Amino acid sequence: MLHDLLFDYTLRTVALGAATLGIVSGSLGTYAVLRGQSLLGDAISHAALPGVALAFMLTGSKAPLVLVIGAALAGWIGTLAVMTVVRRSRIPYDAALGMVLSVFFGFGLVLLVSVQRHPTGNQAGLDTFLFGQAAALVASDLVVMATLGVLALGVALLFWKEFKLLAFDDEFGASLGLPMRRLDILLTTLLVIAIVIGLQTVGVVLMSAILVAPAAAARQWTDRLGLMMGIAAFFGALAGAGGAILSATTARLPTGPTIVIFAGVLVVVSLLFAPQRGLVAAWLRARRNRTNLREIGVLEDLYTLALQHPTDPRHPHPVATLETMTAHPESVKAGLASLAERGFAEPIGEAQWSLTDAGFAAAAAIARNTRLEER
Amino acid sequence: MTPAQLDIQLIAAVTAAACALPGVFLVLRRVSLMSDAISHAILPGLVLAFFVTENLASPLLIVAAAATGVLTVVLIEALSRTERVKEDAAIGIVFPILFSVGVILIARFASGVHLDVDAVLLGELAFAPFNRFEVGGVDLGPQALWVMGPILVLNLVFLAVFFKELKLSTFDAGLAAALGFAPGALHYALMTLVSVTAVGAFDAVGSILVVALMIAPPATAYLLTDRLTTMLGLSAGIGVLSAIAGYWTANLFDTSIAGAMATMAGVAFALTFAFAPERGLVAQAQRRRSQRRTFAEKMLTVHLLHHENTPQEERECRVPHLQEHLRWSPDFARLAVDAAVRDGYVLRDADRLSLTEPGRAWAQESMVD
Repeated sequence: MLHDLLFDYTLRTVALGAATLGIVSGSLGTYAVLRGQSLLGDAISHAALPGVALAFMLTGSKAPLVLVIGAALAGWIGTLAVMTVVRRSRIPYDAALGMVLSVFFGFGLVLLVSVQRHPTGNQAGLDTFLFGQAAALVASDLVVMATLGVLALGVALLFWKEFKLLAFDDEFGASLGLPMRRLDILLTTLLVIAIVIGLQTVGVVLMSAILVAPAAAARQWTDRLGLMMGIAAFFGALAGAGGAILSATTARLPTGPTIVIFAGVLVVVSLLFAPQRGLVAAWLRARRNRTNLREIGVLEDLYTLALQHPTDPRHPHPVATLETMTAHPESVKAGLASLAERGFAEPIGEAQWSLTDAGFAAAAAIARNTRLEER
Repeated sequence: MTPAQLDIQLIAAVTAAACALPGVFLVLRRVSLMSDAISHAILPGLVLAFFVTENLASPLLIVAAAATGVLTVVLIEALSRTERVKEDAAIGIVFPILFSVGVILIARFASGVHLDVDAVLLGELAFAPFNRFEVGGVDLGPQALWVMGPILVLNLVFLAVFFKELKLSTFDAGLAAALGFAPGALHYALMTLVSVTAVGAFDAVGSILVVALMIAPPATAYLLTDRLTTMLGLSAGIGVLSAIAGYWTANLFDTSIAGAMATMAGVAFALTFAFAPERGLVAQAQRRRSQRRTFAEKMLTVHLLHHENTPQEERECRVPHLQEHLRWSPDFARLAVDAAVRDGYVLRDADRLSLTEPGRAWAQESMVD
């Protein structure tokens, strides 16, 4: 496998291409996810289709750069159309997105089909934009992808703090006198670039997932923008390269969908196992809190009883008494057991318990804190 | 017009109407993109059902695909309920994954059979009339009509039966819940309806263009009316018109019918967006212009009133002076003066301006406002 990756031209090109795409769209997708524009990518990628067809019709060329420029222009116009419709009418954002997405795509289809039915054009290869065809990537595609990607990421780094403001506190940015609307358009333009890079590889339908999934997965691991972007880029590269290699080495496994499934697995793993926000971590935390509360409840009750015997703080008390003191009698025994484990309480004789010295001190501290808080 | 052409238009029109009706509620409830998600995500259900029945025309396919559509909604909601992922991101993750599963299933196990991704995504209406529905050798019309017709009726019946519940839960979900209308159940019922409609329609127009038929006509109607029933009727009407216009456009340019239908739906929206009587861009611009003019007239009359019978009157109440005092450009000053003269508020003698009796009254009234 490693040997193939190093020496097989096609495999290497495809893996590199998909990884590049993953890095660029993962990083820029971070902004899309944070700004609640996850589906803008979907609209842009669909809207790019007529641009591809028109670029071919006007130039007669299928050079990747020509088609990518056409796609980018159309995607950009589509985005502006969404912004205009939302700003100048009461059509909700999601409806504007859905409409631009499907209408532009329909128009692209009209153009594409009429190109295909024209006997003159050598149109083969245009419909790779529909579903993507990573196996068809060649070195020159790679150069285009990498150049555009570096350009987009370079601009994103250059405007780092402006974009950060745009994502988190738009109004503050405006109050500082920054041109937020123009920054918005710039960032969207970068998003368009990230998308057209991927169109040829994964196609219009699945492109949005490559944009959203790595960023959504990365969000689970950190609360810092820079780190999130780095992780998203890493996840994007992982999904891209992993999916591309698996699909290239397996018969009848299309690339785009395989990459998307890889990215989906990363989302599920992140959702479950991320240290802070992960669902497993959250569940463990909740369980620990429950145990703690149960322990504290029993400890306080034992302390209350111990105070009845000022001369003998270690006087044993029956479990049955403790059970009458709480709303959750069923958890008393478990609470006592875990208190014993921590050395705060000990069993004395048959079903009788008393505080240890350490337990007495701990309970006294809790009681003091409670009094302080109440004040 | 050949019978095949008539059949295609009939199928297109019925499909458009069937899509537009639930689409109205998608647009109003701000869940338009659920149609995008559902229409893609039904693919694996369709493929699995196809593996079981090995028959593309089996009604089981519709049931399975619709169930997958509902599953999609459940998954999206479960994902966004974890509060780890926003709802739009959840949509953007769930449907591509399900669609990918479908594509991989087809590629691995169904290559060679008549079930390809092109057909699912793009649909092909031109062949629909040749797929006949026959019972005992009697031709009962194209099969697609027998799929979409009942779906249209189903949608109509659902809307008629649950009209008030849908209306209330769309416009005031809180009140609907308080009155015990189970907005959750209604939401899922609506999503089921969207799924069924999408499955029926994708065969004719493909899954992406289903979105166009579901969203564009209702959005267009939303710019034209404030009444739900009118909006439903208009949406269906605009959908049908777009479908038929699309068919003839495609005929003219020899291209994809479904694509042209979507394009026409877009054209209808663009025209409405520009020229709608109250909400169109042109109407907005006109309203702004007339407000600007009225305001300028008020300024002018108030200005004249202020300086009437004062020593400065000779100097202040002249057209060129407005430029200096109100900072109006000569063109705008002329426009405002002309309007005020036309409306009978101001008399003009060369450059000298004076108020008429109604003008004086109006200026006083304006100042009180």
